[in-house]
Amino acid sequence: MRFKKNKEKNAHRLMLKEKRENLAGYVFVGPMLIGLTILTIIPAILSLIFSFTEWSFIAGLDKMKFVGFRNYTQLVDDPVFITSFKNNLILLLVVPVQLILSLVLAVIINKSVYFKNFFKVVFFMPYISSIVAVSIVFQLLFQPSHGPINQFLRSIGMDNPPKWLADIHYALPSVMIIMTWVGIGFCLIVYMAALQSIPKDLYESADMDGAGPWTRFRRITLPLVSPTTFFLLVTGLISSFKSFDIIKVLTEGGPSYSTSVVTYYLYTTAFENLKTGYASSMAWALFGCVLLITVFQLYGQKKWVNY
Amino acid sequence: MENKSKLWKVTITILMLILGIAFLLPFIWMLSASFKPEVDVFKYPIEWIPKNWQAVQNYTEVWFGEHPFGLYYWNSIKISVLTTIISVTVSCMAAYAFAKLEFIGKNVLFILVLMTFMIPSSSIIVPQFIIFRWLHLFDSHLGLILVGSFSALGTFMLRQFFMGLHNEFLDAARMDGAGQRILFTKVAVPLVRPAIATYAILRFIWTWNDYQNPLIFLRSDHLSTIQIGIQKFSSESGAYYSLIMAGTVSAIIPLLLIFILGQKQVMEGIAMGGVKG
Repeated sequence: MRFKKNKEKNAHRLMLKEKRENLAGYVFVGPMLIGLTILTIIPAILSLIFSFTEWSFIAGLDKMKFVGFRNYTQLVDDPVFITSFKNNLILLLVVPVQLILSLVLAVIINKSVYFKNFFKVVFFMPYISSIVAVSIVFQLLFQPSHGPINQFLRSIGMDNPPKWLADIHYALPSVMIIMTWVGIGFCLIVYMAALQSIPKDLYESADMDGAGPWTRFRRITLPLVSPTTFFLLVTGLISSFKSFDIIKVLTEGGPSYSTSVVTYYLYTTAFENLKTGYASSMAWALFGCVLLITVFQLYGQKKWVNY
Repeated sequence: MENKSKLWKVTITILMLILGIAFLLPFIWMLSASFKPEVDVFKYPIEWIPKNWQAVQNYTEVWFGEHPFGLYYWNSIKISVLTTIISVTVSCMAAYAFAKLEFIGKNVLFILVLMTFMIPSSSIIVPQFIIFRWLHLFDSHLGLILVGSFSALGTFMLRQFFMGLHNEFLDAARMDGAGQRILFTKVAVPLVRPAIATYAILRFIWTWNDYQNPLIFLRSDHLSTIQIGIQKFSSESGAYYSLIMAGTVSAIIPLLLIFILGQKQVMEGIAMGGVKG
C-alpha cells in the first residue's frame, strides 16, 4: 500500500517535471520561433500568394488581381529573365574553379610552408572584407582607359586590352574573376581543417609503399576530402544563386543585362518597376533552384561521397 | 636529406609569399591610392609607395566632408552590436532547448527551423518590405536589427555544441535544485562560451558587411550604414578616386581589426561547420 502510494507520488512528480520541461522548452524556443514566423515563414507564404497576382505594393490590397500562373508563363517568355537565369548558370562555373585552386593552395600551405597561419589570413582577407568596398576597388582596377590592370597589359605589349566591366563579352568573366578571388579563402579554410583530420600514418604507409606525391594526393587526399568537396560544392552553388550585392554594386546588371542575375532582376522588378506580383514569381523560381540543389545534395551525398 | 627538405620548404614559402602578395595587390593598391593626391592615382608605372603624400587631407576630407562618415560608422556599430546581442541570445536559447530539453513537438519545430534556413533571403525580401511598411518598421534601425537577428544558422551551429555537453553537468546542477533558467545561464552557456564567441564574431562581421538589407529597409541618409554610405559616396564623388579609396579603406579597417583579434575563432567557426552567411 505504502509502496503504491510512493509510486503514485513519483509518477506525479515525473509528470510535473515533464510539464515544467515542456513549458521551459517553449519559453526557450519561443523568441526564435516567433521571429522566424513573422520574418521568414509568413513572408514566404505571402510571396507565394503574390506570385499568382498582378499587384503593386504602393496600390492598396483591394487592387490585387489574381491571374493564376500568368506570371510564371510570362517569366519563360521574358528575355531579360532568361538572360539573367543563364548568367546565373554561367556564374556556377566559379565554384569548381574555386574548389580546385583552394584545394591546391590548402595542400601546399598545410604541408610545405612555414607560417601557416599567416598564409591562411592572407588568403582569407578578401572574404572578410565588405563586398561593397571590394567592388568599388575593382571598378577602378578594371577601369578600361587608365586603370592599373589595362595600363599593365598595354605596357607588356597588348595594344587593345579588354574593356572588362564595360564590355558586354568581358563583363561577366570579370565578375567571375572577382567572385573567385573573394571566395577562395573560405574554401581554403574549410579544406585546411579537412586535411588536418587525415591521419598521418596513411601517408607514412603510402611512403613505405613507394607512392609518389601525385599518387598520394590522388589516392589518399582526394578521396578523404571528398565529403568536404561535396559540402563546399553545394554551399557554393547555393550562394552563387543568391549573389546580389556584387552585381548591384559592381555593374548594376550592365552593360545591357550582360551581368544581370535573377536576384538583381527581382530587385529592379520589385523596387524600381514596382511589379510585386511578377517579382514574387521570380522569388519562387529562385527558391525552386535552391531547393533543387538541396535535393541533389540529399541524394548525391550517399552516391558520390566516399569516406 | 633533412637539409634538402628544409631548403625545399624555404623555397616553397618564398614562392607562396610572392603569390600571397600578388593576391593582396588589390588591397595594397587601394591603400596606396588612398594616400595619394588625385593626379597620381592612375600614374603608370604604379607608385606603390606614394612619392607625394596626401593622406591627411584625403582622410580628413572623407571623414569631415560632405558625407557624414562618422555617422555612418556609428550607425553600423550600433546595428551590428545590437543585432549580434539579440541574435546570440535568441539563438542560444533555442539551441539549448533543441539540444537538451524534451518537449512535445520538438522535432516538428526543429524541422520548421531547418526549412526556413533553405529560403533565400532574396525570395522573401519583398513581402518583408511590405510587412515592415505595415508595422511601421520600415526605414528604422529597429526593423533592420530585427531582420538580422533571427536566423536559423545560429541555432544549428550552437545546437551542435550544446549537444556535445555531457548531461552529468546538467543533472548534477538539477539535483541541487537548479531551475531551467539557472541551468541555462549558469551551467550550459558558460560551458559553450567559445562557440558563442565564434558565432558572435561571425554574426558581427556578416552584419557589418551586409548590403542588401540596409539597401532595402532603410531610406533616410542619416540612418545609412557604412556600406550604403561608401556606395553613395563612390557614385557621387565621381572622379575623386583617392577619396573613394580612403572611404573603402575606412570601411574595411575595423573589420580587419576584429578579424585579426578573433582570427582563431573566426577560422575555427568557418572550418567547423563551414558556416556561410
